[in-house]
Amino acid sequence: MTTVNLPSTLGAEATADSGFLGSVAAWLTTTDHKRIGRLFIGTAALWLLTYVGVATLLGFERIDSKSLTFNEGMMTQLFAASKTLASFGVTAPLMIGLSLALAPTLVGARSVMFARNAMLGFYLWAIGSAVVVASLVGNGGPGGGNAQMVDLYLLGLALVILGLIAAAVSVVATVLSARTAGTDLADVPSFAWSSMVGSISLVLTLPVALGTLIYVVVDHHYTRVAFGANMGIMKWLGWSMSQPQTFLYVIPAIGVLAELAPAVARRTQPLRGGVFIGVGLISVALLGSVTQTVHGLAWTGTFIDKAKSFVPYALFNLLPILGVGVVLALALFTLKSDSIKMIAPFIPAFLGGGMILTAMLGNALQLISSANLSGTVFEEGALVYITYGTVLVAWSAIAFWGPTLWGRMLPAAVVAGIGALGFVATVLAALPMYIAGFADQQADSVKDFDYSGPAGLWNAVSTVGHALFALCVVVAIAAAGKSLATGQRVAGNPWIDGGAQ
Amino acid sequence: MTTAGDRVLPAGPTTAARHPLFIATGAVVGAGTMLMFGMLAVWFKFRDASPLRVGRNNKMIHDWLPADLKIPEVATNTLAITMVIAAIMGQWAVYSATRKDAQHTTLALFITGVIGVAAVNAQVAIYKQMGAVLADGSYQTMFYAITGTMLVLICTGIAFSLVAAFRVLGGRVADRAVVTAHAMYWYFLSTAFIALWFVVYVQK
Repeated sequence: MTTVNLPSTLGAEATADSGFLGSVAAWLTTTDHKRIGRLFIGTAALWLLTYVGVATLLGFERIDSKSLTFNEGMMTQLFAASKTLASFGVTAPLMIGLSLALAPTLVGARSVMFARNAMLGFYLWAIGSAVVVASLVGNGGPGGGNAQMVDLYLLGLALVILGLIAAAVSVVATVLSARTAGTDLADVPSFAWSSMVGSISLVLTLPVALGTLIYVVVDHHYTRVAFGANMGIMKWLGWSMSQPQTFLYVIPAIGVLAELAPAVARRTQPLRGGVFIGVGLISVALLGSVTQTVHGLAWTGTFIDKAKSFVPYALFNLLPILGVGVVLALALFTLKSDSIKMIAPFIPAFLGGGMILTAMLGNALQLISSANLSGTVFEEGALVYITYGTVLVAWSAIAFWGPTLWGRMLPAAVVAGIGALGFVATVLAALPMYIAGFADQQADSVKDFDYSGPAGLWNAVSTVGHALFALCVVVAIAAAGKSLATGQRVAGNPWIDGGAQ
Repeated sequence: MTTAGDRVLPAGPTTAARHPLFIATGAVVGAGTMLMFGMLAVWFKFRDASPLRVGRNNKMIHDWLPADLKIPEVATNTLAITMVIAAIMGQWAVYSATRKDAQHTTLALFITGVIGVAAVNAQVAIYKQMGAVLADGSYQTMFYAITGTMLVLICTGIAFSLVAAFRVLGGRVADRAVVTAHAMYWYFLSTAFIALWFVVYVQK
């Protein structure tokens, strides 16, 4: 397999000697795919910090279920903010940003197709997500008490969805139509393939959410009869912020892992077709998403009853796991090589991939009715696993392709250190929720849950995990900023060329 | 053995992208199809959940369409035919563009746009004849939401027709990509509308 590595300055507008305002204007009107991708990633990092802050607050409030530190009225908005930001503020835009920044380069295109459309997508998403957060602050969102702010939340969500679809269309068109001459689709790098599959999944599922949203917003604004008004928002749109839909948002993350394993092994992936099939299998989840129905497993009744329950359950929840399992197995198979040279970005990629797999396994377990995990914090734990796991993979991608994106290196120790610390933080934040879920701790509640077991301990550990992850994010942003400004200048990509470990 | 480093080649020469507009329009058409069919699915869900009543021919039917609302069948059927004609005009533009016939390509594109305007006009006429009040109930809310979305999609189709027509007028008749993508978009609009027409106006 041959990839084409373009210079990092390609497509960038000349901004030298244009001053600060000129530089800002160049960024705001850019058509350089790397800049558009970085705008997505940078803004998603801002929402990630907000999400981690909200999750820490919620965890802190749950340590003592008998009393409340903050205003009880805030909690509805905080829970809505955590779900909305995790999906539409962090995971989906982070992956779209990486796809925009990297996919054109990886397929040998000079730029992303329809760059202005991609930039429009960024603006729609960024403005929409800001509107969503503002409406939540103003007592809007699902269950919100201010009707105008609820309308504003729905409007913001519509902009977010439109923005993501617009950017995804550019990614799809780039990988399908702008490859280097003579390069077959089967020859594109794993990350470009997974970007395309992930973007197609967004293009096909998010419009269904948009259509439902149109119904909900018209109903909320005029009649508030059919769709349950403010209390019905999550009933109708919650599927777009939970599993299996979130699996689709993180498909490119699996591609990052598939891309980095051969770089560590210093050889090509011998079973590329298998990797592509594995990535494609995850997109099967889109069928489960657009049905807007939870496909659980009820192992009761006759054999026919069991089969009727098992087939959709397995199709929508187990096949995506098989897909990730195939990619992980092939990544490990590639590492069976004599020429292995560990590189720092592989550490967060591998650990993050493992977190995503843990989320998928958790989701499959939660949907078994006899496990009695429905309505508990178990689902929140899965969302934390998938969100933080995706962030870890994104961090590895930024480190690995940093030299390609901005021509500078991130220090290996920082990359590996943040990856390892982020992994510990993820486990601390999410695993107690899995345990508390088995103990029947209610979802979306901060008080009056009581169960046999150290409830305070689980929630305290989870809070520490979120706080630790916040620290990792701050350090990662600082390290990336420093690298961008004063990092070691490199030609090519030392992670691939063998110059860095 | 080939190493990862060996696999990185310098950038090659600029190559013409392969039908990017057609592919991007295909993606938009896919998104639009999921949008409309997703909305129709929710429509079905509500209609199936509505109570049953005895219909005019003594059959049990869903009490979904309010008794005081009448679907203007002539106007809706005319609108359905109009949408099919718009798609045919779009295909005529492709036929003419293939033969580098700028005059007929422009004419076909403008006619497509005008037919789109006629479709908007017909939809407004349907609204007026039905006299449904949006805030009166679930049916009315969903009726305006789904037909309004279709109306917005038709307006984007009209804009597409105008852009394509002015490009051909500007001398870019050899650039068939826009005309082909335009035809595909109108095929999508026609298909989506026919589905909506059958579910909302015929099946009621």
